[in-house]
Amino acid sequence: MKNSGWKWVLSKGHSSIDKELRLLDAFQKADPRNFHAWNYRRFVAALMKRPDEDELKYTEEVIGANFSNYSAWHNRSILLSNLLKRKAEGYFPKENVLEGEFELVHNAIFTDPDDQSGWFYHLWLIDQTVKIDAPLLVSSWPSHGFNITLQGNKCLHGSGLCVLNSTLPNTGTLPIILYFNQAVEGVNSSTVNVKSELLSGDLVWKPLSTNNSNNAQVWVAYLDIRNLEVQLSKTYVVEISLGHSKGIVSSSGYDYGHPSRVTFELCIQTAYTEPVEQQEGKSNSWKDDDFQKFDHLQESDPICSADQVTSEIDHIPTTSGRCEEAVVNEINQFRDLLSEIDCKIGKLTLARLLTAVDSLPSPRANNMVNTEEILQLYDDLMRLDPTHYLYYKDEHSLVLLRQITSSRDSILPYCHYKKTAIEAFAGYVCLRLQNLSLSRMGSIENLLWVQTLDLSHNQLRSIEGLEAMQLLSCLNLSHNKLGSFTALGPLRLLKSLKVLNISYNEIGSHSIDTRRYLCSSPLSHTEEFAWDQFEIFADSIGISAATFWEPFLIFQSLNLTELDTKGNPVADENFRSFLVKVLPTLKWLDEEDLS
Amino acid sequence: MVTVCNVSFMAMFTFKMGELVTDKHVKYILSVEKRKDDFESVVMEHLRMNGAYWGLTALDLMGKLDVVDVNEVVSWVMSCQHDSGGFGGNVGHDPHILYTLSAVQVLALFDKMDLIDADKVTNYIVGLQNEDGSFSGDMWGEVDTRFSYIAICCLSIIHRLDKINVEKAVKYIISCKNMDGGFGCTPGGESHAGQIFCCVGALALTGSLDLVNKDLLGWWLCERQVKSGGLNGRPEKLPDVCYSWWVLSSLIMIDRVHWISREKLIKFILDCQDKEKGGISDRPDDAVDVFHTYFGVAGLSLLEYPGLKPIDPAYALPVDVVNRIFFKK
Repeated sequence: MKNSGWKWVLSKGHSSIDKELRLLDAFQKADPRNFHAWNYRRFVAALMKRPDEDELKYTEEVIGANFSNYSAWHNRSILLSNLLKRKAEGYFPKENVLEGEFELVHNAIFTDPDDQSGWFYHLWLIDQTVKIDAPLLVSSWPSHGFNITLQGNKCLHGSGLCVLNSTLPNTGTLPIILYFNQAVEGVNSSTVNVKSELLSGDLVWKPLSTNNSNNAQVWVAYLDIRNLEVQLSKTYVVEISLGHSKGIVSSSGYDYGHPSRVTFELCIQTAYTEPVEQQEGKSNSWKDDDFQKFDHLQESDPICSADQVTSEIDHIPTTSGRCEEAVVNEINQFRDLLSEIDCKIGKLTLARLLTAVDSLPSPRANNMVNTEEILQLYDDLMRLDPTHYLYYKDEHSLVLLRQITSSRDSILPYCHYKKTAIEAFAGYVCLRLQNLSLSRMGSIENLLWVQTLDLSHNQLRSIEGLEAMQLLSCLNLSHNKLGSFTALGPLRLLKSLKVLNISYNEIGSHSIDTRRYLCSSPLSHTEEFAWDQFEIFADSIGISAATFWEPFLIFQSLNLTELDTKGNPVADENFRSFLVKVLPTLKWLDEEDLS
Repeated sequence: MVTVCNVSFMAMFTFKMGELVTDKHVKYILSVEKRKDDFESVVMEHLRMNGAYWGLTALDLMGKLDVVDVNEVVSWVMSCQHDSGGFGGNVGHDPHILYTLSAVQVLALFDKMDLIDADKVTNYIVGLQNEDGSFSGDMWGEVDTRFSYIAICCLSIIHRLDKINVEKAVKYIISCKNMDGGFGCTPGGESHAGQIFCCVGALALTGSLDLVNKDLLGWWLCERQVKSGGLNGRPEKLPDVCYSWWVLSSLIMIDRVHWISREKLIKFILDCQDKEKGGISDRPDDAVDVFHTYFGVAGLSLLEYPGLKPIDPAYALPVDVVNRIFFKK
């Protein structure tokens, strides 16, 4: 049937198509999961121009005969997508259609919760209910409404002092970060209008993609304030407008949603000067004793959280009350199910639904009402389904981080400042997130303001997403589960990173690299690499080229002054001398002064 | 990279999870290679090139490639090439993209890349790309995302990926993405682990994994692990050792392999061995074949089973072979 020869015969009209369909019906009754048959059915239906509505009816019949037919559910999703997309008669508004679909799939799931056939269709329905197709700005740095004061090469935030550790002193540039709800392309000076007296030319927007793609969820541009002819002590307004002209597009082809504006203020008190070489007496410390919690946060403190206004929107999007209604209805259905059967899909779906409800845009003051229950559900699932333990743990970490970063009150306990800070920095913040059993990072859109981050003593296997933290200058990743150099890929995009601790991870103990294709490299044609030259370099310092090309790719693009690698199986003398050669700016290695 | 593997660690593995009877498997693979006249060999004659790739890669992963006569194999491989540049499944068989990749992979295993006329092979593959970016398997036109992977993998190995329209190829693969995050053989086709491996592999090799919804697909893939610890190819189907490659390598490429239980899967694969005669079967107590022997060994390699060379999940070749391909460019 897959034979393209027969398809050719059929398409030339050399055989009856109706007869073909009847034959197919019979075959599919006998073998309903045969995907060749379904593919062939799709071909025949297209040839006879059979309407999607009729094919949809067919899938309903198949499901009616036996709901345990993943192939039918799959085909239903394809047909329904088409009908919804083109707003076909009888299939609009989508809320009506989805209501019926939820009812249909409940039969499957509630009759036999262990049968997976309906699970994925149900998840797809939830996504169809809550998703926002159009790309939107989720957060930015500087945030909307911020005011920043620059004093020489220090950046003062509000009325407190907020030193931008590296970016400003070393490069004289201020990053502007745009964080979207999904990956987009087309962010440039025509589609993003930046108005300010401070600007002499167009800004160049760069996608923050770990595999050098021109598609990214986070974009950055640098405002150069070095050679500005500025009036000192004057407040300059910077206004960023998006969506006023077309061009920003998601990978599924949706244009940027509603025109919006982010405005912040900049005041320069004293002119920028080249930084003086600082004599650091000792290396950066991460010890508990050196830190003090904030007892309260001031308006002026440079901390952001999810509950802040992202931007000024020209036209407020209508939040669908029906959407929330549908999700709440599902929650009730699944609570009912769980009251009768303690099942995995019940708990997992409930956790996802409660998460969806918490994430809906809403004027409610506190969005995170369900966090405790969601975390408990994932704890239950880790016990109920130990095979997939780490899947539930990852979800647990994401929920926890969402809750921590949701408001200034919730993030306060994790904000610290250095007791021995050289100047009385009221605003110098270190975000300390150790010992939280985090297996995964998330909510990075709420962490763009962070300059010093302690993630030590967790279970992180990757730092996916960290490339968005353009202000990050000091990072502690010690005592985690990073298993390869490629796991450090996101750090290559952090221009400001100076101090890095990756001690006591698992780099060198794994023969299989799970991050290799998520990190730009010559193997995936996303990076040029001079293999011959590297081989010569490797020979000259007595290391194996095949073993060291990956760490070379990662470290050669970093400008670290301090690095700690001990406790990783790979960290031997050879590796240390390799690092010293590849990082000329390095002053401290494994807590040893190199000078 | 360095593998930390000491005696007590190995002992723990074999005690807890069972033993891989490497020597028996090597003997089995060599015996299959020698047989040409029994029923199974005759039936499989047309895909001997695939069989060669499976058997030889498995041998290399077990560190035993040297037991084979390099020159004999290599000259047989070259004798399967046609003027068009494509390779057939055996001597005298018509060329197809399937066997072209296997041939190139076998030559790579033996470090005989210089025998390949890269331009010839490239011309054959470029000729198989269609207007919409998809690839046909041969001149008769069947389209399938498997062929997209094969084209991209093969051209990557011979450093000619830029000769096809990569952007269109990627676009076509994405058009086969489904509601569950998985991929089918053609647009609208149901997600199946084999097709998912091909699409994810193709996207990996072209640096396009950002177009995959890793969390959604990762969940679908990790739910292939059934109670017995084995993996199936799609919902409500039986587990099969070959999915230990297709599901597993997909999970590894998108960094979600920690979402399954490695120990349970290792135990399942080891239970599929024929510990007397060697070889691995699709599930415990079934008949063995070289196809499942390769996938079982490759799966164990991805699971970091001690004593096996690491395999690259996208190129489906040992990591040292991939490094050699790029270093000796």
